[in-house]
Amino acid sequence: MAPLVPDIIGNELNFIVAILIGIAFGFILEQAGFSTSKKLVGLFYGYDFTVLRVFFTAGVTAMIGVIALGHFGMLDLNLIYINPTFIWSAIVGGLIMGLGFVVGGFCPGTSICAAGIGKIDAMIFVGGSFLGVYAFAEGYPLFEGLYKAGNWGSPRIFEIMGMSQALFAFLLTFMAVFAFIVTTKIEEKVSGKKNPEFLPVKLYASLAVIAVLIGISAFVLPNRQEYIINQASNDTKLSSFNPGIMTIDELAFRILDEDQKIQIIDFRTPEQFKEINLPNSVNLSIESMFTKDAIQMLLTNHKKRVFVADDEVTEKKAAFIAEKLGFDEIYIVPGGLNSFKDNILNFKPSATVNSKQEADTYTFREKASKIIPKIIEENKLKQTPVKKETKRTLGGC
Amino acid sequence: MSETKYMNPYLAGFLLGLLLLVTVFITGRGLGASGAVKSGVVAIVNTIAPSHTDNTHFYKEYFEEHSGNPLKSWLVFEVIGVVIGAFISGLISNRLKFTLEHSPKITNNIRIITALLGGALFGFGAQLGRGCTSGAALSGMGVLSAGGIITMLAIFGGAYAFAYFFRKLWI
Repeated sequence: MAPLVPDIIGNELNFIVAILIGIAFGFILEQAGFSTSKKLVGLFYGYDFTVLRVFFTAGVTAMIGVIALGHFGMLDLNLIYINPTFIWSAIVGGLIMGLGFVVGGFCPGTSICAAGIGKIDAMIFVGGSFLGVYAFAEGYPLFEGLYKAGNWGSPRIFEIMGMSQALFAFLLTFMAVFAFIVTTKIEEKVSGKKNPEFLPVKLYASLAVIAVLIGISAFVLPNRQEYIINQASNDTKLSSFNPGIMTIDELAFRILDEDQKIQIIDFRTPEQFKEINLPNSVNLSIESMFTKDAIQMLLTNHKKRVFVADDEVTEKKAAFIAEKLGFDEIYIVPGGLNSFKDNILNFKPSATVNSKQEADTYTFREKASKIIPKIIEENKLKQTPVKKETKRTLGGC
Repeated sequence: MSETKYMNPYLAGFLLGLLLLVTVFITGRGLGASGAVKSGVVAIVNTIAPSHTDNTHFYKEYFEEHSGNPLKSWLVFEVIGVVIGAFISGLISNRLKFTLEHSPKITNNIRIITALLGGALFGFGAQLGRGCTSGAALSGMGVLSAGGIITMLAIFGGAYAFAYFFRKLWI
């Protein structure tokens, strides 16, 4: 599950990736014509809308891609960098950048691109941007108030507007297509030239129709996470699902044996888990099973994954989801931790013993009831296993 | 040999969008440019006047958030790539040439001053707005960040608002 950094691609390799991505970025910008200020500012004087076409198409493409990858559970949207919103600095900073755009004719990325093909004005612009950053750094105490004012956190735009992500994506896409048509007409008027190839017709229109159809089908179908959780909440689906069984006695035996071949995954609340937890167990919730962290926790190879919760139904539900996510070797404990507590930890010898086997069981449980609480206590002193938490990617300019 | 025509803008945009998507998929973050300039400024000041960076609020905050050499940052490597990529593109399309490009109605000196001034404004604004057209506007739009999209609207809105006053520079 993505993002691939830092678990699949290490931080050092990531620098090589950065250069490769940069090369592609520079190449595309140059091929698009972003290496000349004349073309860039054309947007603001109505004679060349290349920037709008490239920029809007790129934004919409990436947006749909990010939504789709998230929808199909391939990218953990909780881990990607969402630019934070500081409303005042965003507006004032943006306006200053806009002024810089019409005065200088570039933006930082395009100036670096243009400098790469020998544009001296672009090199000067890059030099100017160093001075601008330096001025900000030196005057920082003056601007800090504005810089940090109006902190809204990192909301997504559709959350602020109170609509669904899918609806916003649709509206933005249609807005983009509308803008492409209108600006092409404006461009024809201003420059007096016909540019029929810039109208998003034929090939592009048909591509767009296909994309919209795929989009509709994707959004009409519930996303993978909702779909699996729905199925897991369906009683008939759940009752016909038979995960592996690990009895409370077997679990107790493996704990006593300090068996390294099992991974206990605890689905109680973090508070309950903190209060008392089985040795070498990790805490997880059903909702968090779709995150990259959880999947990494479940990726313990060559181990039996023992799902525990207070009751058996929660265990079964979690096991069902894990199986849908592609994990095997999943075991649940009949009766859940409640049964484990009643019959092992707080074992009370029964007066009547009906068979030799029952007698053996009771002898074992009596022994276990003395040792396991000690193991739990020791384990608690050893400090509960540190929960690895993947941080949101840090980013930004 | 004459210059090759520019790529169809929709195709270029589609490729750029895919690149942004791949970047988010691999690294969990978008593209950028002005962040590399910031790293560059911090590195320069830190080399020339290390005692100054120790005592100045901005640099102190930077070093609290970033460990190690400021030049060893993702965006610096990415920007090195941008220069290489642009050069390759210029080479294949016959656009490699040292020129000071400007409207015939203005002099070289005016172009030098406006480029320097525009760069300074953009650099400054990108610090205040936490990102430029790449890092805030484009990448912000890709991940539907409210802040990124607001910054984008402010950049383009601002440019349109000021465009009239600077029309002599371009048309």
